[in-house]
Amino acid sequence: MGVKQSTVPFAGTNEQYEKLLKVIAEHKDDKGALMPIMQEAQEIYGYLPIEVQSIISNELDIPLEKIYGIATFYSQFSLSPKGKYVISICMGTACYVKGAGDIYNKFKELLNISDGECTPDGKFSFDSCRCIGACGLAPVITINDDVYGKITVDDVEGILAKYE
Amino acid sequence: METVNVKINGISLNVPKGITILEAARLAHIEIPTLCFLKEINEIGACRICVVEVKGARSLVASCVYPVADGMEVITDSPKVLASRRQTLELILSDHDRKCLSCVRSGNCELLKLCHDLKVENETAYEGERNHYELDNSSKHMVRDNNKCILCRRCSAVCDHVQGIGVIGANERGFTTNIACAFDLGLGETSCVSCGQCIAVCPTGALYEKDSTEEVFNAIHNTDKHVVVQTAPAVRAALGEAFGLPIGTNVEGKMVAALRRLGFDKVFDTDFAADLTIMEEATEFIDRVQNGGVLPLITSCSPGWIKYCEHYYPDMLDNLSSCKSPQQMFGAITKTYYAEKMGLNPEDIVMVSVMPCTAKKYEIDRDDQNAAGVPDVDISITTRELARMIDRVGLNFLSLPDEDFDDPLGRSTGASVIFGATGGVMEAALRTAVETLSGEELPSPDFTEVRGTEGIKKATYHVAGMDVNVAVASGLNNAKVLLDEIKSGKSQYHLVEIMGCPGGCVNGGGQPQQPASVRNNTDIRALRAKALYDLDASMPIRKSHENPSIKKLYDEFLEKPGSHKAHDLLHTSYVKRAINPF
Repeated sequence: MGVKQSTVPFAGTNEQYEKLLKVIAEHKDDKGALMPIMQEAQEIYGYLPIEVQSIISNELDIPLEKIYGIATFYSQFSLSPKGKYVISICMGTACYVKGAGDIYNKFKELLNISDGECTPDGKFSFDSCRCIGACGLAPVITINDDVYGKITVDDVEGILAKYE
Repeated sequence: METVNVKINGISLNVPKGITILEAARLAHIEIPTLCFLKEINEIGACRICVVEVKGARSLVASCVYPVADGMEVITDSPKVLASRRQTLELILSDHDRKCLSCVRSGNCELLKLCHDLKVENETAYEGERNHYELDNSSKHMVRDNNKCILCRRCSAVCDHVQGIGVIGANERGFTTNIACAFDLGLGETSCVSCGQCIAVCPTGALYEKDSTEEVFNAIHNTDKHVVVQTAPAVRAALGEAFGLPIGTNVEGKMVAALRRLGFDKVFDTDFAADLTIMEEATEFIDRVQNGGVLPLITSCSPGWIKYCEHYYPDMLDNLSSCKSPQQMFGAITKTYYAEKMGLNPEDIVMVSVMPCTAKKYEIDRDDQNAAGVPDVDISITTRELARMIDRVGLNFLSLPDEDFDDPLGRSTGASVIFGATGGVMEAALRTAVETLSGEELPSPDFTEVRGTEGIKKATYHVAGMDVNVAVASGLNNAKVLLDEIKSGKSQYHLVEIMGCPGGCVNGGGQPQQPASVRNNTDIRALRAKALYDLDASMPIRKSHENPSIKKLYDEFLEKPGSHKAHDLLHTSYVKRAINPF
């Protein structure tokens, strides 16, 4: 089976763990406690890896599968951490017709990860995103606060190299 | 009872208020087809097969969850309804691998039957993208093939709501929705207890036991091997269903005849080992009561329950009886006592068990289950697999004569045959424990308070000057309720019986599958259990300690119940396990 666990080693701190336990204790007896706990857990850790979902499962006595089912149903939940450099590839209409799909595939190929994932060294994560309102620069991508416009597939390698 | 007037297909009916259209239609002798619906277990109205027209309603409604109302007019068979059901099936088929010829469920697939009934003529009506899934082979007992899954969620509902485990469920969303474990772990890497209840309710071939029938045939055809078979009590109460007999038909004699014709060297009865279990367990119980041991003593026959206890109640492992299950005791005695008697090398014996259970496939590989230095049991097959073997060699099961088990490990008592039903192990243990403690013969061997299919049963018996409190639970959600009660100190029990499957082994995960249309309207647990209780009542000896073969076994070999030798061969140990990987 292809286990869907993040390849980035879990680096949760004791402080985060205590914070999560406190959140769980606050909501434990509420009806429908799971969703707010999952949301706050994602706030604390930035994502919901198996280690975090297991804590929630153990503390609430709710099957891990039920939590994972919810985590994979709603796109707001992430199973992968964000990288040091967060790459967003605009898939809005203008960017898409200008070849954003090929650029997306090039990033995917070079980073060897899927949409929403993070490289094992924790450096890069990448997502496709909706229109960022810079259609004049299409196709456009952002890496943290840097914006790259009118890029081609051949530019991708050079852009990544700036962050090595 | 408050009632309402409804009209179904033009027929006026007065029906109880609050029932569903599906139930009301049954009162009008109309069987609305269903697919995802499992009464009280999976009532989600998701599959849209049971749709009907309700006059005034905006669209077709799901009759399985739609309550009747006064004056309601329902049409269950209009062209619009039938076309909708057919289209739903065509859409299901568009993401189904349709390998029906080689499918284990060929012949009793609920999806196939619906396609046939609703005249689906084009299995490729909707061509397009399809999901392709790897098989999950990671567990000892079963395979999950999502390529045949129709996302009805009957399996996950049973796993969660009935068994309280919930290791499988729906992941992702939309077209990529799939039934799997958290993080796509293999089932074998989770706290799955191998009960197989998911297989019992799966309408298609998406869930099935690991088939060992070829392995059994190979052993039979190997002339160097002495192949011995044992059959669990509950198998005889259900095997006939695979050959069209009514639920609850006892086919013990034909089953023995079939096994002999399949070529087994000896056809023995797990019931013999059930009697042996009672001797050991009753002795252990009396010892704990008299010497201040850990109470309540909890039975250990059901490997699904044992694994559940190890994962979910690891702090209660000391309550478990150290007795191996009857399957394993049987293997242990076969490879020691019987081997010695027959002058056979234990390594040349192949011990095959036929079980109503899928967890038995997992149990044979557990640690500390090898009395003779080789595994006690080599191959465990389900009732369904035995039926397949019988079909494969062309035996006409229904016309077989009734035959008897072989001696000496084929002799049993009424006490052992009821092991297959919830409360049966308790009753069998009480028959022996009460007579041993009181030193007097019971006026009647019946302990009717612990019979029946309720999830939890309790009774108190006055024995030799003390009140003995007993409790029986079947189905793991019920077990949880009982165990929490025990842990809280609210109740003080002396003896507790727990079986993993609701109703006990008669409703085990390895029994012939009955479609939801039958399960929703018939208590198959009660019907199969009745076959066992009838058999018990008809037997000349009904107490384990009166089984002459058991007495002889102790005289010649084991000395006495609870002896050092008995402990070496017939008892085992347990391990603490976690629920989650972290």
